[in-house]
Amino acid sequence: MVSMTGDFKIILIPLLPLLSFLLLGIFGRKYLRGSSGLIGTLSLLSSTLLSFSVACNYFFVSGKVNGVFQQLVVLKQTWLEFSPGVTIDMGFLVDPISVMMIVIVTFISLMVHIYSLGYMKGEERFATYYAFLSLFTFSMLGLVLSSNIFQIYIFWELVGVSSYLLIGFYFDRQSAVAAAKKAFIVTRFADLGFLIGILVLSFGAETLDFKTLIDRLTTSTPQLQSMITTSFLGVSSLTWGLLLVFAGGAGKSAMFPLHIWLPDAMEGPTPVSALIHAATMVVAGVYLVARLFPVFAISVPGALHVVGYVGALSALFAAVIACTQTDIKRVLAYSTMSQIGYMMFALGVSGYGGEHGLGYMASMFHLFTHAMFKALLFLGAGAVIHYVHSNEMVDMGGLRSKMPVTHLTFLIACLAISGIPPFAGFFSKEEILTAAFENNKLIYGVALFTSGLTAFYMFRLYFSIFWKKDFHSDHHGEGPWTMKLPLLLLGVLAVIAGFAPFSHYVTSDGKGLETAVNVSFSVAPVLFAITGILIAMQLYKSENAVPDKIAGAFGSFYTWTLHKFYIDELYLFVTKKLIFNLVGRPSAWIDRNIVDGGVNLSADLTEDTSSLIRSWQSGNLQQYAVWFFAAIIGVVVIFMLIWK
Amino acid sequence: MEITLNHVLFLSTALFFVGVYGFLTRRNVITMLMSVELLLNSVNINFIAFNKYLYADKLDGVFFTLFLIAIAAAEAAVAIAIIINIYRNYNSIDVDDVDSLKW
Repeated sequence: MVSMTGDFKIILIPLLPLLSFLLLGIFGRKYLRGSSGLIGTLSLLSSTLLSFSVACNYFFVSGKVNGVFQQLVVLKQTWLEFSPGVTIDMGFLVDPISVMMIVIVTFISLMVHIYSLGYMKGEERFATYYAFLSLFTFSMLGLVLSSNIFQIYIFWELVGVSSYLLIGFYFDRQSAVAAAKKAFIVTRFADLGFLIGILVLSFGAETLDFKTLIDRLTTSTPQLQSMITTSFLGVSSLTWGLLLVFAGGAGKSAMFPLHIWLPDAMEGPTPVSALIHAATMVVAGVYLVARLFPVFAISVPGALHVVGYVGALSALFAAVIACTQTDIKRVLAYSTMSQIGYMMFALGVSGYGGEHGLGYMASMFHLFTHAMFKALLFLGAGAVIHYVHSNEMVDMGGLRSKMPVTHLTFLIACLAISGIPPFAGFFSKEEILTAAFENNKLIYGVALFTSGLTAFYMFRLYFSIFWKKDFHSDHHGEGPWTMKLPLLLLGVLAVIAGFAPFSHYVTSDGKGLETAVNVSFSVAPVLFAITGILIAMQLYKSENAVPDKIAGAFGSFYTWTLHKFYIDELYLFVTKKLIFNLVGRPSAWIDRNIVDGGVNLSADLTEDTSSLIRSWQSGNLQQYAVWFFAAIIGVVVIFMLIWK
Repeated sequence: MEITLNHVLFLSTALFFVGVYGFLTRRNVITMLMSVELLLNSVNINFIAFNKYLYADKLDGVFFTLFLIAIAAAEAAVAIAIIINIYRNYNSIDVDDVDSLKW
């Protein structure tokens, strides 16, 4: 059991970023200009240390009871009581995935905080930037620690708001404003599904509490029976609820077709992209599905298949697009989408408990390793952009001697994401592929091909930045130590994170799982990856005309891919042409002419009548008296006629 | 000739319409107030007449008349106060000049 001091620590983990947000948000611009970065970083450093201590305590000392990791709710407080049975209890949920997530979130966020000290130096709104970073971290920590589905929704929206603020940080740039709005609206649109899903699930299960909800919907209870038998459009309400919740998760996690905000979100400062892509926001969707995983896996495997196929499609789709993009941050954005796709379909092919839960464990493992190397990639890309002052690959090349630290760490990250042993990505991807192979050969095939593509586009990026041509510049150095330190730390982790005995700690049912790397199985994915790397090396290590020729050979497919399969245009067509013309304009017409018309008509009628009769109000007392007497006489006459 | 109820009612009706006529035609506010007094007095005559001719054993009409006289006195006091204020504001007690309460 978690002791009192443990409870206290868990509260402090999200509370410290909140405090620093309030402090910097209120006083930052005026009084704490110089020290705001330090305040934010120190508060997060304390948070990180606390979460490490909580994690150590949970995983190694107190979390396991009878060989099973327990799910605990600490500091449970009843927040709203509708009736004795229906309450909303706020609390902090402590279980393997939430503890793992707080470690990742605080650590990656800390790296981003330190990195930003150098990267954002001299920025006009430096204090505001740190305030927003703290808010973002707070929201994400609150999200992962939420003990009920309503609480998670609150933090879910907070994540949305803070991402909006950070993506639109350079609000004097038109494109940043548009990107921020796009991210907010797209995820908000998905959250509509999430909200309806919450209502359906909590109405059916008669609780909002995760623990109770999962208990009720995975064992045969009256609630489960009624949710299965109630159906809408031929699909049971339980499936609807889960699919709608998944829709919300897909929006935040940028799954096809709700991914369109992610590449545009690159408009924010690069460290923010690292935070969004590695530890916060995009993994929220995966986390949500993992949180409700027992319900998916035990009660509605059909919904889980949807998760699997959407994930696999997104993984492949994004990887194909990433091969053609020229903006380095966009390549990384699509690679994130692709890797999140991996996590999703790993959940999708998983079952519950024991050996069947391999996919679940693999998904969480990949989330863990991906956070390390993706943060590293983005921070490295930030350093490159800082140096070159451009996002475009054509402006780069030959940077390996100019930026040795960045070069080395970026290479490590590329090897890790490509799944080359013994780097971190290899192990997690291996587990994912094993799970996919055992459950769904189609998804396995897609995943295998995608891992080849991943290696190809990552090394296309790597060679284009660091090799290809000579870079002539007598530029300032690589960057201050605040930028190099996070790169080095993450670089080390990207090498060793894969050796963590992850399966002993994070599994679908809380019991440890033995996994071993199967060499014969690993041959195929690693070969695919190496092939991808070799092709990229051939094409991009030195300048030549072959890539253009190949692009020409693909013809219209290349053009389609370069334009991201015209999904954005499709959305614009649907919204601007179809919805605006078919729904928006008619509604506006009805509003203007019928609704407003009715109101105006009554106003006009009143006005006309008044102007007709206003001359009666002459102000002349005797005229009024005449009317008065006339009326009296009229009344008298009427009474005389009626009451004869 | 004996004076019957009809004679008295004729007198009071005549007095009433004299009052109405005065109220509607005179422009001087004080004269209009006097016309209102005529109206009240015609009503008083009615009360007394009905009391005397129809219910000689009762006194209700007489009491009503006494009330009305008291009310008329109070009303005159209020009305004259209003008239003084009108004069202070408009420098006139001609009712045609007091026509600012309109659209």
